[in-house]
Order: sequence, then C-alpha cells, then structure tokens
Amino acid sequence: MDFTFTEDQLAFREAISRFLMTEAPPETLREIWETEDGRSPEMRRKMAEQGLTALSVPEAQGGLGMDDVAWSLLTQELGYYAIADSMADTAYVATGLLTALPESTDLRDELLARIVDGDVRIAVGHPVNPLVADVHLADVVLQAHQDEIHALKREHVSFERNPSIDSSRRLSRVSFQPSDATRLVGAEQGSAIWDQTLNRGALAVAGQSLGLAQRMLDLSVDYAVQRKQFGKAIGSFQAVKHKLADVAGKIEFAKPVLYRAAHALANNEPTAALNVSHAKLACCEAAWVAARHGIQVHGAMGYTWEVDLQMFMKRAWALDSSWGDRAFHTSRVAEAVLAADAPIGPHHSFGATHA
Amino acid sequence: MQLTYTDKQTAFRAEARAWLEANVPSKPLASYDTREGFEEHRAWERKLYDSRWSMVMWPEHLGGRGCDLIEWLIFEEEYYAVNAPMRVNQNGQLLLGPTLMEFGTEAQKQHFLPRIASSEDMWAQGWSEPNAGSDMAAIRSKAVRDGDHYVVSGQKTWSTRASFADWTFGLFRSEPNSQRHHGLTYLMVPLNSPGVTIRPIKALNGKEAFAEIFFDEVRVPVENRIGAEGQGWNVAMATAGFERGLLLRSPARFQHTAKRLIELFKANPEVAARDPGLRDAVVESWMGAQAYAYSSYHTVGLVQKGGKVGAEASVNKIVWSELDLKMHETAMRILGARGELRGSAPEAVDGGSWLEGFLFAQAGPIYAGTNEIQRNIIAERMLGLPKA
Ligand SMILES: Cc1cc2nc3c(=O)[nH]c(=O)nc-3n(C[C@H](O)[C@H](O)[C@H](O)COP(=O)(O)OP(=O)(O)OC[C@H]3O[C@@H](n4cnc5c(N)ncnc54)[C@H](O)[C@@H]3O)c2cc1C
Repeated sequence: MDFTFTEDQLAFREAISRFLMTEAPPETLREIWETEDGRSPEMRRKMAEQGLTALSVPEAQGGLGMDDVAWSLLTQELGYYAIADSMADTAYVATGLLTALPESTDLRDELLARIVDGDVRIAVGHPVNPLVADVHLADVVLQAHQDEIHALKREHVSFERNPSIDSSRRLSRVSFQPSDATRLVGAEQGSAIWDQTLNRGALAVAGQSLGLAQRMLDLSVDYAVQRKQFGKAIGSFQAVKHKLADVAGKIEFAKPVLYRAAHALANNEPTAALNVSHAKLACCEAAWVAARHGIQVHGAMGYTWEVDLQMFMKRAWALDSSWGDRAFHTSRVAEAVLAADAPIGPHHSFGATHA
Repeated sequence: MQLTYTDKQTAFRAEARAWLEANVPSKPLASYDTREGFEEHRAWERKLYDSRWSMVMWPEHLGGRGCDLIEWLIFEEEYYAVNAPMRVNQNGQLLLGPTLMEFGTEAQKQHFLPRIASSEDMWAQGWSEPNAGSDMAAIRSKAVRDGDHYVVSGQKTWSTRASFADWTFGLFRSEPNSQRHHGLTYLMVPLNSPGVTIRPIKALNGKEAFAEIFFDEVRVPVENRIGAEGQGWNVAMATAGFERGLLLRSPARFQHTAKRLIELFKANPEVAARDPGLRDAVVESWMGAQAYAYSSYHTVGLVQKGGKVGAEASVNKIVWSELDLKMHETAMRILGARGELRGSAPEAVDGGSWLEGFLFAQAGPIYAGTNEIQRNIIAERMLGLPKA
C-alpha cells in the first residue's frame, strides 16, 4: 500500500510545469485566444517537441506509456496553464481510445505514431458531450455513431461553431455521414471503449479543474497581499482569509479523490466509474468555489476582462459540465452507492483488494 | 502508487478482525460521560491492552505492536466496522502519549506510558480557562516555583471527562509578569491532589461531559513538568497538532457513519420521496467520508516517506467536523419527527444514537480549536496571508 507518486512522476510534472510557465503565460494565451482559430501552431509544435503528446502512447508505439495516475498530475498542469482542449483530448483521451482498439484496427498504429510525432490533432466526439471541442482544427475526429467508433478527416464532417463564454473553448455541433469506410469498430466493441473514454475525459477535466482551482487561489492570494484598503493588505482581514482558506481546503481534499480515481481507471477496478464521477464532482466543485471566492476577493477587478482571473474562472465554469455534467456524475455516484450490494463502509476505500 | 495491501497487512487485518469479533461487548457500554459508563470503558481499555490492541502503534515494550500508520488505519477500520466502544482515554493515548514520547524524560516515559496504554491512568486536558479559550495564550492559572515543587493556583474549564479522570495536563503561567505564550510551563497534575476541586458541567445531553477544575495552592512535583520551565507553549503546540492532525479522528469513524446513514436512508424510502434533496445529501456524505479516507492514506504515504503534517492538520480538522455535522443533520432530516426522541423513548430509532451523535457533532467545530481559528491558521501559515 503506497498512495504516493514516484520520483519520476513528480519530476515529469515539474518539467511540464516549468515549460508551460515560460511558454504559456496569460499574455500569450490572450493573444492566441483572440485569433479566429484560437490556437497557436507554434505553441502546439513546442509542446510536441517537449514530448507532451507522446507521454501516454504505449511504449510499443514509440511513446512513454504513462498511465492515468501520471496523467492525474499532468492534467493539473494543463489546467493551471489553461492549455486548450485539443492537447488533453489528443495526448490523453484520444490516445487512450486508440490504444484500446483491437491491434488490427485500421489507422490505430498510424494515428498513435503521428501523435508521438506531434503532427496530428484529434477531436473526440463522445455522446456525453453535445458539442465537440476543437473540431475546427482537428486533423481527425473520432466520432460516435450510436456505439460505433468512426474516424473522420475534418473535411468529411460538417460543423457549426457555437461560441463559448470561455475564449479558450472552441465548440462545434458536428454532423457526418457514417459509412463502412469511416467505421473503426462496430457497436459491440465500441461500447466498452466509449465508456472508458468517458472516464478518461471526465478524469482529464477533473485534473484540469483542480489545476484551475490552484491557479485561481494563487492569483487571489497574490492580489490579497498586494491590494490595500483601510491602510492594510486586504489579506489581513478575516472575512477574506476565511474564504481563501476554504478554497485551500476544497483543493486539498479533492486531490486524493482524483488520485484514487486515476488508480482505479489505470487498473480497471470495478469501481472505476464511481471513483471517476466522485473525482469529477470534487474537483469541479473546488474550481467553482475558487472562482466564486476569487472574484469576491478581487472586488470590482474580479469582474473585469483585464484581470487574468477571468481566463481561469470562465474555463472552470465551462469545464464543469463537459464530459458529463453534475447531474450525470451525481446520478452515477448515487446509483453505485445506493445499490443493494454496494461495497461501502470502512473496509472499502480500495475496492475488493482484501478478504 | 500501489493500492493493494501486502500479505502482512492482510494478515494483520484478519488477526484484528478475529480478535475484535470475539471480544467486542455484545451490548453497547453505558455512556462514558457517566461514572458507571466511564468504568465500563476503562475495563474495555484494559481488555484491549491485555491483548496488545490498545495502542497498536506503540512499541512492544509499552504493550503495543509496533504497527506502522497503514496498519493503524487498518486496525481502525476493523474497530469501527464491529461497532466497538468509543475510546475513553484519547487524551492520554493520542495527545499526552505522543507528547511524552517526544518531550518527556526517560523516567516520565517509563512511568506514564504503560499506564496510559492500559488506561490505569485516565487523563483530562487542561488548557481552556474562562478567559482563555480561542486565545489560549491569555492563560492566567499560575505555577509558582517552590524548591522541588510548583504551587499551582487558578481555574481551568471545559475539561472533558475531568469529573472522572485521574490526572490532567495543561499550561500554567510560571513567570509572574510574562505575556502571551512566554513564561508558560507544561505540567501534569494528579486530580486527587489536595487543593483540587472539580465542578462538573453538564453538556447538551444532560451528562457530565466536562468540568471546571479549580486549583488552590496545589503542590506539583517538578518531575511532573514536560519540557523546560517557561517553554510549555512549544510543547503544547505539538500536542494540539496531534489533536487536529491525523490521529484524533480516524477516517473509519466517518466511513462507518456514512454507511449507517445510507442504510437509514434506504430503510426510509417514503421520506426520500417527500424530500428529493436527501439523496444528494446522503451521497455527498459518502463522498466526504471517502475523500477523508483517501486523504488520510495519502498523508500517511507522504509521512512514511519522511514528510511532515503542517498546517494541513487544520484543514483536516475543519473537514471532519463539518462532515460529521452534515451526516448527522442528514440523519435528523430522514428521521423527521422521530429524531427528537431520547434513547429511552420506546419509539426511538437505533437507540437514539443519531440524536446523541447529532448533539456531539455540534461540538466538533468548537473543540480542538474552533474552525474559525483553524481557518486563520490555514490562511496565515499555508497561504502566507498577513496577520491582522
Ligand atoms: C465538547 C467539548 C470538549 C472540550 N474539551 C476540552 C478539554 O478537554 N480541555 C480543554 O482545555 N478545552 C476543551 N474544550 C474547550 C474548547 O477548546 C474551547 O471551547 C475552544 O477553544 C473555544 O474557546 P471558547 O469556548 O472560550 O470560545 P471563544 O474563544 O470565546 O470563542 C467564541 C466564538 O468566537 C470565535 N472567535 C474567537 N476568537 C476568534 C478569532 N480570533 N477569529 C475568529 N473567530 C474567533 C470562536 O471561533 C467562537 O466561534 C472543549 C469544548 C467542547 C465543546
């Protein structure tokens, strides 16, 4: 029993964090998000060069084979630096989906190799998301049709853009003509893969939300130390302190829930769906509380476009209902916990790993 | 990350389970906030001790098993799963014990620790005074040095189970004009000393859950001092850290309550139909208890790799106390009109245990340092916000 990370896992997180700190400062993100596409090929290329896209591709396909547990750290960094959806979707969610396909599936190894090289963006059209992120720039769209999985070039889908309050989000309604040529696998095989993809997507959002929460807390603490009223830093006032302490508490207690879920997913534990939904709810809640208290602590500045808080706050609001909204995940938890034979109580923190 | 138990841990769990199942009293003991119940609990503690289950993490020469923190978590899981009695000597076992191990003299350790493990000595905490609650550094009770004794005078209050305990430990001002946390000395005082008067205070449930302790020129031998004279504050802070941190409230306790809450909810489907919000409250309770358990295992992992628990202990304290409240409030909503019934009422559900738990949960955000004080600590020490 060891509920901690390896030195390697922590070092990877650290490296990604240092890289994004220089490459993705808020000023740069603002410029990128103001463009029509909202995406920067150059930033994208740098991230691929850093090996970010190759991290979860299996070693057999030339990647590093990092599992969900490592990604529960890495997605927090993607969240902290508000990296656009296509990165998590390509490097983690789609990679997982492709890896789960039978080895003989057309395109599987080709796409995995291109992900390692960093020259492909993949959008994932899961039925749980009414709109698909980043289709407008995707090279390939992995799209559900009932439970079948189809792979489409962007030219073969039609999409209508739906602007979001979060400038980093680029959402589209997708329609396409399914055919034998586009089908990767049929419904029978596809169904389990879509289930697992949903869990990966939700876990990626959970990790990013936690990263966003931490970023908003850090921004708010900095602001509270600098901003003076009544001749003192506002951070010395207890009403302000207690709000920020509550954010810290929410973050602190969402983390291990995220890690527990990542472990369950990586090991195909029977409780994985329950653990993932729990993580999604806990992390998104932390992000919402961080946003609510963050805007309050920033006063009128918090209501402006000018202050960076808004970039992270809006993303937190938006991600809350992506990859399954609260109602969806709460129901999944309720169903599992209230089931007649649910494994609940003090013996069941870690599934049926002991007698 | 490796979340399966080792064979050794699994064997330990089986051993603990077998012993507990064979030995846990078949009828619940009387409340330890009564003299009779207190003695019943002491007898249970003695039974645990005789089979070395009282302090599983203590070394074998002190009657423990030298368990590590993971094994302690496992033991607690088994303990709560069989509804074993609440531990009556937590003050001695979880607070004073570790304090003595860190700051006590050899002689103190040898004398007191085994007696704590066996509950031969039961301990009360004596920190709070009428005008020193949240502001503990305002302590005024005095300890005046007189040769190889301190002469102690003053008053402590809110001292849990002091009506029945044998000893108290606490801070006393040993330098007459010292301010705040300077000049305080940490002493252990036998409650049967001449000059000690105990006045019980009834808690919400009508029982003598705590007491005031009056000291009138009580002579306390110098060898009952922990740490140096005037340096008691630092020692006391360590004790407070134990209280808020990992050990005081093991996650199994809340997981067990969450499980009972789920059972209560399922047994009362008609209430759920009238109040749809209840389902979410029950589910949130389970999630909170689970998160607390994961967090404990995570922290234990970090501690085993050499990490230290700092201001995070304050986050912990807020979380378990608010979770406990939430769970009991939810139970009261499910019970509806039956919630107010005392255990003696013929129609009380579960022997009135939800009501008892609900009343006690009200104290969680107050004792061990109020949650407001914990939020101050988090803001200043974890987030680095400036002092007022
Ligand atoms: C069941 C129970 C058992 C206890 N057992 C013991 C025991 O065994 N030994 C012992 O010594 N004590 C014990 N206590 C006492 C407990 O530690 C104190 O009640 C606690 O420290 C608060 O002190 P107080 O009651 O004097 O409240 P006060 O300090 O008067 O506080 C009243 C209110 O004001 C708030 N407040 C005070 N100062 C601040 C501040 N700076 N910022 C924000 N809010 C503030 C508090 O949070 C609280 O809400 C126990 C209490 C309870 C309820």
